[in-house]
Amino acid sequence: MKETNYSSKTIGGTDRAEAKARWNPYIVGIGIGVLSWIAFGVLDEPLGISTALSSASSVCALPVMGSEGVAHNAYWAKNPLKWNGGMLLLMGTFIGSLLSVLVSHSFRLEKVPATWQKQFGGSTAKRFVAAFLGGVIIMFGARMAGGCTSGHGISGSLQLALSSWTFFLTMFASGVVTALILFRKPATASK
Amino acid sequence: MNFPVSAEAARWLALPVGIIFGVLLHRGGVANYNVIVNQFRFKDFTVLKVMFTAIIVGGIGVLLLKSSGHAQYHIKPANMLGVVLGATLFGAGMVLYGYCPGTGVAAMATGSLHAIVGFVGMLAGGVLYALSFTWVEAHIQTVAAMGKVRLPDITGVPDWGWFVILAAIAAVVFWLIETRFRTPGGDLQT
Repeated sequence: MKETNYSSKTIGGTDRAEAKARWNPYIVGIGIGVLSWIAFGVLDEPLGISTALSSASSVCALPVMGSEGVAHNAYWAKNPLKWNGGMLLLMGTFIGSLLSVLVSHSFRLEKVPATWQKQFGGSTAKRFVAAFLGGVIIMFGARMAGGCTSGHGISGSLQLALSSWTFFLTMFASGVVTALILFRKPATASK
Repeated sequence: MNFPVSAEAARWLALPVGIIFGVLLHRGGVANYNVIVNQFRFKDFTVLKVMFTAIIVGGIGVLLLKSSGHAQYHIKPANMLGVVLGATLFGAGMVLYGYCPGTGVAAMATGSLHAIVGFVGMLAGGVLYALSFTWVEAHIQTVAAMGKVRLPDITGVPDWGWFVILAAIAAVVFWLIETRFRTPGGDLQT
């Protein structure tokens, strides 16, 4: 286990090993674009994450609601947890990232990222609460909008869907406003 | 008609496609909290470069596949109130979490412990939505429901016209990013 040390091992808050592992973002974009050709042409399933993730969340409800309760929920009845293409894509995303990290020796435990630390300090508890709340909000929003950055942002936008471009632009605007509020310069020196 | 691959084989092919997706997310630098948050602060443009390139390259290819009969579209319905409210929550959640659902999953594999905490949050959010699904379907998804419309349908500008426009915007935006907005400590690739 390595301690994070932002001063010696990082550039602009990013780990050197991770920075060295980076590919040109345009090449990566082309790669994801080509991947979507396969997703549409062969899998007949656009790249997306949040549908499978929300189906998987039914597992968490099992202890409380029981299998009967989960089966009778209108959402999970429509999107049941099963080993479909979406779930395999979700698993693959994790495995692929893990392989890439291991090959490039850039695995590093991170509790508090540099950009967050600069604004909010090094408290792990504070960061974890924010990450948890952010996770709840992002998933609820993704399901209400009908997709996430993959399903709407990339797969939907490339089909020129009205819903997806509305999602993309609204999401970005909301994120910019949130970042303005969250990362504003402290008016009163509060720690 | 899609390419002649059995449904069963296509389903399992989703695993290697996902693996490549995960590799690309990590190597693209977007499985990194700082990169994502700093996009929203206009200090790092990696996310924009990756996404905009993917949309144009992907879109032109899928358009050709579709018009040659090798693919079909999967359009999400434009329930405008649901999309706008959901996207507003999504943007706020993305800055707070520092990842989106896909990059969060990729980030867990890189050793980001707060990505794992947020992943648990996402599962909780999924439960919360499932529980409110019936109400949301009845009261929100029915408002300004325009169906599975595409930009060419409502504007009269044909598909290829849209890609010409998008490519022109991308060219200008990428040129501005590369020449004017290079920030020290932002985009790391040379």
